[in-house]
Amino acid sequence: MIAVCRADELPVGESIRFTADAPIAVFNADGDFYAVDDTCTHQDASLSDGFLEGCFVECPLHAALFDLRTGKPSCLPARKPVRTHPVFVEDGTIYVRVAAEATAEREFAVPQENTA
Amino acid sequence: MRAIAIIGGSLAGTRAAQELRAQGYDGSLIVVGEEHHPPYDRPPLSKGFLAGSAQRHDLDLLDASEDAELDVHYRIGVRAEHLDPAGRRIRLSDGGELVADGVVIATGGRARALPGTADVRGVHVLRTLDDALALRDELHSGAARVVIVGAGFIGAEVASTCRGLGLDVTVLESLDTPLASALGAELGGACARLHADHGTGLRCGTTVEGLSTSRDGAAGPRVTGVRVAGGEWLPADIVVVGIGMTPETDWLTGSGLALDRGVLTDSGLVTDIPNVVAIGDVARYTSAETGARVRHEHWTNAADQAGVAVTNLLAGETVRHYVPSGYIWSDQYSSTIQLAGHPRPTDEVRIVDGTPEERRFVATYHRDGTTVGVFAMNNAKLFNRLRRQALRRASAVT
Repeated sequence: MIAVCRADELPVGESIRFTADAPIAVFNADGDFYAVDDTCTHQDASLSDGFLEGCFVECPLHAALFDLRTGKPSCLPARKPVRTHPVFVEDGTIYVRVAAEATAEREFAVPQENTA
Repeated sequence: MRAIAIIGGSLAGTRAAQELRAQGYDGSLIVVGEEHHPPYDRPPLSKGFLAGSAQRHDLDLLDASEDAELDVHYRIGVRAEHLDPAGRRIRLSDGGELVADGVVIATGGRARALPGTADVRGVHVLRTLDDALALRDELHSGAARVVIVGAGFIGAEVASTCRGLGLDVTVLESLDTPLASALGAELGGACARLHADHGTGLRCGTTVEGLSTSRDGAAGPRVTGVRVAGGEWLPADIVVVGIGMTPETDWLTGSGLALDRGVLTDSGLVTDIPNVVAIGDVARYTSAETGARVRHEHWTNAADQAGVAVTNLLAGETVRHYVPSGYIWSDQYSSTIQLAGHPRPTDEVRIVDGTPEERRFVATYHRDGTTVGVFAMNNAKLFNRLRRQALRRASAVT
């Protein structure tokens, strides 16, 4: 588990990026926190620079949309999902448990525990 | 409609196939592509693929399952040579003929070459995968000096890639400021400074008079340098020519289609012939907003036009107008450049964040009290915010 930042340091619509085995972006989508791999699977672009719309983030370069809950792209040009990582908030701090490998192909729910 | 032929198997043609299926077309679908490759994405050809960091499979526009879902019959390595409007018959270079209820013309164009250089080894253009393979081989084979003719987006990206490979690079540009027609002099100049930052020589206001060549036996002439106006000679092992493209319309001569620097269409990308639409680099449409004839040569345009054209093709009439986003991007050296909207060189430019000196800034273009464009260097986040906020209203009047 990696402590990323204080929950109150990540306002709605904002993102923060940190580096684990790969760069990971954490988003505050209308009060829910999500973590996905930061690098767009289409071409090298940082999703933490992307625009948040609901729980979708738009790649800042080519407008591919990724569902933050599943990591799956919902439209072209991206086709491969980004990894998703479980997020926990405890005592006002955001923690991310970095997924071991390419887990986004699997179906699993991203825990949403916003106790901040 | 039971049979649709898409002529051109690059981005626009592939998106057209995807849009046809997405919009409910379940008839037969044929894609005719002149290049001997399944559909691939061109932007990496001047960047990662040329550098060697991206591989062929990274360029695929479709993976196997998408390809299977589309249920397309491909005619790869085959040229369309003639369109007969009566019955929409298309003659192919292999002697075959297609008869289609609907036709999507997506033939793109050819890279312009320097006259008289077709058989000179070491002289390259860059548009297709084969172009990129040939250039990549030479760049990685011990060549030292590269001269690039044209400092547009392709020229600048190739220069950037070549510098990354440690080659000595000089870029020749006939304009006084590169990209001035697309970005205006101020921001074109800001982009041009990236060349100096990375050790690329940039000579503006310079025109090419000819090439010097050597002969080594049966292999034919090989470039040794470039002569520029004024008499100066620049040594070169490789010359890359990036001076634009010509829309591929020759095969449509005699088809009855209106051709004028592209295939002319209405505001919905529909041509004069019923059930024939044109999209991508080859399509010159009439803007619904201004009435002007417009043709774009960009990735986003090729992708976005497909959906509009397919809707109109399936409807049998123009029910949707094409409204371009004007979005382009370019990766040069370590910088990402983005532009949205339709600025003109005469627009007022305001730097709204950062400075050109720090190579991280955002600027907006203004005309008649309206924001008509957003430009960013290395600030994708603010670019996208402004693109949505400032440009949304403006898009209706550009």
